[in-house]
Amino acid sequence: MVLSKTWQNFFRETGEMSRFTWRFFAHGFKPRYEFAEFFRQCFLIGYKSLPLIGLTGFILGLVLTLQLRPSLIDYGVESQLPAMVGIAIVREIGPVITALIFAGKIGSSIGAELGSMKVTEQIDAMEVSGTNPFKYLVVTRVLAATLMLPVLVILSDGISLYGSYLGVNIRGITSFNLFFKQVFDALSFSDLSPAFIKTFFFGFAVGMIGCYKGYNSQKGTEGVGRSANSAVVVSSLLIFIIDLVVVQVTDILGLN
Amino acid sequence: MQAEQETIPFIQRVTAQQPVISIHHLYKSFGTNAVLIDLNFLLNKGENVAVLGKSGSGKSVMIKCIIGLLRPDSGEINVLGKEVTTLNQEELDRIRVRVGFLFQSNALYDSMTVRENLEFPLRRHWIQITPAESNEKVMDALTNVGLAHTVDMMPAELSGGMRKRIALARTLILNPDIMLYDEPTTGLDPITGREISQLMAELGEKYNTSSVIISHDMNCIRTTADRVVMLIDGRCYTEGKYEELKKSNDPNVKQFFE
Ligand SMILES: Nc1ncnc2c1ncn2[C@@H]1O[C@H](COP(=O)(O)OP(=O)(O)OP(=O)(O)O)[C@@H](O)[C@H]1O
Ligand SMILES: [Mg+2]
Repeated sequence: MVLSKTWQNFFRETGEMSRFTWRFFAHGFKPRYEFAEFFRQCFLIGYKSLPLIGLTGFILGLVLTLQLRPSLIDYGVESQLPAMVGIAIVREIGPVITALIFAGKIGSSIGAELGSMKVTEQIDAMEVSGTNPFKYLVVTRVLAATLMLPVLVILSDGISLYGSYLGVNIRGITSFNLFFKQVFDALSFSDLSPAFIKTFFFGFAVGMIGCYKGYNSQKGTEGVGRSANSAVVVSSLLIFIIDLVVVQVTDILGLN
Repeated sequence: MQAEQETIPFIQRVTAQQPVISIHHLYKSFGTNAVLIDLNFLLNKGENVAVLGKSGSGKSVMIKCIIGLLRPDSGEINVLGKEVTTLNQEELDRIRVRVGFLFQSNALYDSMTVRENLEFPLRRHWIQITPAESNEKVMDALTNVGLAHTVDMMPAELSGGMRKRIALARTLILNPDIMLYDEPTTGLDPITGREISQLMAELGEKYNTSSVIISHDMNCIRTTADRVVMLIDGRCYTEGKYEELKKSNDPNVKQFFE
């Protein structure tokens, strides 16, 4: 059976990506450690996406609350509003939306940065200057993305819930304490832990794909653009796939 | 006995120019694209050799093999007495301290200032150096290329010629024994190109480097090179002094001088 060109490319890409990921685990945890660059990347990656993620989180919580309210009133369970919004945000919407925005912002910027470093031979220049560019550029960025996304998700969840609290108060009246008591009563450990754990995988995927695409960028400015673009597309897709897998796994483990 | 004592110094005098780079039977291909086919090349100490060839003839591939950025398929590459293809990472790094590489696209780090760019090789090569010495080296290197005032600027703020000079300064900051120039004047206007060529010749003289200069700029080759090697279809087609080649009637050689 002859595979079509598209499928051949798909399998080649997947294979190359797996090799790249393997390289990360094979080399990433051996010295020399690039601590300074790692902390710089943590700061850049976390800080750069903070305003955007904060704003979208806020709007998300607010809108979700306003839209859920009429339905809940229909069923006569308006008092369950904080609990429902809380679960929706913490378990699914917060992590996934934040990760998608993170992919758009950070995935593309990593892809473009490494891509232009590749085509202007900066990566080669690092290598002849006694630096392992894979460790200096890729490992630091992937680790920073993996560790920063969970932090951003927690912040975003918090801001979303605050947005939701304001949303509740547009039509009704709830005290801040009561609102958050209701939210946290509804949440159990098994709601939090899978949601939290999957964000590490999301961050890893965004960092890894961004670096892979940039590192293998084709010559020319067009190649750099394509790297940035496909970094976003592929990592967004991966976020949903990981989400699906995590749901299945936690289901099997009885964590749901 | 008497004769032997006389011949030994005699032989040494002839071979006083030891090769710092020697390449034997080098093969390199990318997939089905055979780029270098049985390439042989010698660079003697103190010599400046220009490598001439059409775009895509594998010139960049050749010098990237020399510095170990690309692994050849087969063949020997001897640099400063070490076989590059068999070295481990640490030994390779030690060779790379002594071989400077000026990249075709300058390869200045966009995210760093000029100072950080120049400090990068100093910091990364585990060279024992105090901040004061490092600063002095940076300023020296920049003064050499006449750009001391740009020390706190970003590469994006500089013109093409200035960027080339900064890249040159960054390459020379480790005082390498060998310089590999990949098309140092391509993309520059003729006047700036001439300035860069002169700078290369001056600095080569000052620091007593041997160099490989890849170029199709005849002015640059005339200013900087003692010998010209012509690369066609992945082989050394011919070599000689600039004037000799210029007079050649071979159409393959002539086309470069038109
Ligand atoms: N990393 C690579 N992967 C695949 N093919 C490559 C790679 N590097 C170079 N090549 C191929 O090798 C050939 C020679 O490339 P090279 O860059 O050495 O040319 P060049 O002589 O330096 O030309 P130019 O004057 O344009 O710089 C080209 O056909 C190019 O496609
Ligand atoms: Mg080239």
